[in-house]
Amino acid sequence: MSALVRLEAVSKSYATPAGTVTAVQDLSLEVAQGEILGVIGYSGAGKSTLVRLVNALEKPTSGRVFVGDDELTALPEKRLREVRREIGMIFQQFNLFRSRTVAGNVAFPLKLAGVKQPERDARVARLLDFVGLLEKAHAYPEQLSGGQKQRVGIARALATDPKLLLADEATSALDPETTADVLALLKRVNRELGVTIIVITHEMEAIRAIADRVAVMDSGRIVESGPVYDVFAHPSTTAAARFVATVLHDRPSADTLTRLRAAHPGRLVTFAVPEQKGFTGQLSRAFADHGVENEIVFGGIGELQERSIGALTYELTGADAAIDAALDALRARGVDLVEEVELEEQTA
Amino acid sequence: MNDFIGSIDVYLSAIWQTLFMALASLVVSGILGLAIGVLLYATRPGHLLENRVAYTVINVVVNIIRPIPFVIFLIAIEPLTIRVIGTYIGVYAATFAIAIGASFAVARIVEQNLVGVDPGVIEAARAMGAGPLRIIATVLIPEGLGPLTLGYTFLFVGLIDMSAQAGVIGGGGLGEYAITWGSQRYNWTIVYIAVATIIVIVQLGQFVGNRLARRALRR
Ligand SMILES: Nc1ncnc2c1ncn2[C@@H]1O[C@H](COP(=O)(O)OP(=O)(O)OP(=O)(O)O)[C@@H](O)[C@H]1O
Ligand SMILES: [Mg+2]
Repeated sequence: MSALVRLEAVSKSYATPAGTVTAVQDLSLEVAQGEILGVIGYSGAGKSTLVRLVNALEKPTSGRVFVGDDELTALPEKRLREVRREIGMIFQQFNLFRSRTVAGNVAFPLKLAGVKQPERDARVARLLDFVGLLEKAHAYPEQLSGGQKQRVGIARALATDPKLLLADEATSALDPETTADVLALLKRVNRELGVTIIVITHEMEAIRAIADRVAVMDSGRIVESGPVYDVFAHPSTTAAARFVATVLHDRPSADTLTRLRAAHPGRLVTFAVPEQKGFTGQLSRAFADHGVENEIVFGGIGELQERSIGALTYELTGADAAIDAALDALRARGVDLVEEVELEEQTA
Repeated sequence: MNDFIGSIDVYLSAIWQTLFMALASLVVSGILGLAIGVLLYATRPGHLLENRVAYTVINVVVNIIRPIPFVIFLIAIEPLTIRVIGTYIGVYAATFAIAIGASFAVARIVEQNLVGVDPGVIEAARAMGAGPLRIIATVLIPEGLGPLTLGYTFLFVGLIDMSAQAGVIGGGGLGEYAITWGSQRYNWTIVYIAVATIIVIVQLGQFVGNRLARRALRR
């Protein structure tokens, strides 16, 4: 797979009365043809700036941006408009034209592209059918629910058959059920039409639902990225771990840990559950071999992209040397474990 | 009352003159003001045609001219009126002066209404690859049409007011009729008839404007 979008050491800063704000800092990124990339980060992390760099609504302060064969950073404004016609975008607040009907909204990019009647009407009907809103063609945006508005937004963004779709917090204004519907539609857009999608969000649930790969942004940088399963199973930065914890409640939070400690005098160890079968049996045997008492005190196992994912927290009691030996043996066998005492000391 | 019946021709042509002054200047200042207002909006920092120098210049000009009392503006603009219309009295001269004077007020009305247009839809149009002029014509103005229509209705009332003031310089219309046939001859019947007629015209204008605005806003 070749890269459809490539950012090379891109930085973007804004001059404000309060001084220079760096929204994106020395960021490099590749998005492969046909994938769904999720970009997650807290408010102000620079996510919106990142997508606006990809469709050249913003010019980087330094670095280069490529989409397909075009180097956006080398093109004049007039050519950039043509490039933008080939990139769809949907928004948190939908941004539909209130002065136009649903059909009029979807027809707008087609008019820009010079598509004539009756071809235009036919395309509009096909797109509205795809998003399931054909019967609303003559309604105005204010007559639609939030989910329907975003469907219109998606139909409008797809009007010119773009290769790339940018979704900036596209589900953040929707309730959970509608969010799931819209995400499912985006997944269909990706699978059936082969459109590459960049999904910007601050909700890990959205990433979990549709993304193939995830990039975690913090203070204008991508601090961690990789296949969704890997980042969920083994987040290596605190930022990523915090986001994972919002959807997987299998690791104890700091508060939970304090409560667990009060109730359980032994040592607390959290194990990441791998995909292979027989994991708990493997643990039991190692504890038994070293004469260590054990009890599961927290945890859960779920599913992500049809693979098991989860963590279990054990209370271990016995001689310190015996527990250390058991843990060392497990580590030697490649078991991913964290002793909560260590973690506490590290973060304190 | 006899005086009124004797001057009924003058009265009827005064109504026509008032309507002409208000409507013709509505069209001219409407278009001119729309152009200046759109420029003010678009050249603002962070907007479609961002241009600090152009914005500052236009803004200062509007700020200087707009607050000038209209009676004084009428006199101040006389040299220009003579050049363009050929005379500084009469309905055409008055219409010219009203149209120019009102343009600056219209510019502010337009600018303020456009600022209220959701920046998100402008952003969406930009993301679709639309150029600035296209966005102004096919997104910005249609999106702002409801409030703009209300602004223009408000303007129409102001134009009737200005046309009456133009009566002072022999501009014709109901204002001049009320002065020369009414108050100067101590004929209060005629004054009140002129006042009542103006009230009716204003109400009609309000009614039509509100209807149009409601249609644009679909309420
Ligand atoms: N036009 C601008 N002028 C000045 N500062 C800006 C501008 N755009 C963004 N910023 C700043 O850049 C930083 C990143 O903004 P950005 O909108 O990309 O964040 P975000 O991750 O999308 O946040 P959110 O989740 O709130 O949408 C913020 O500190 C913001 O204040
Ligand atoms: Mg944002």
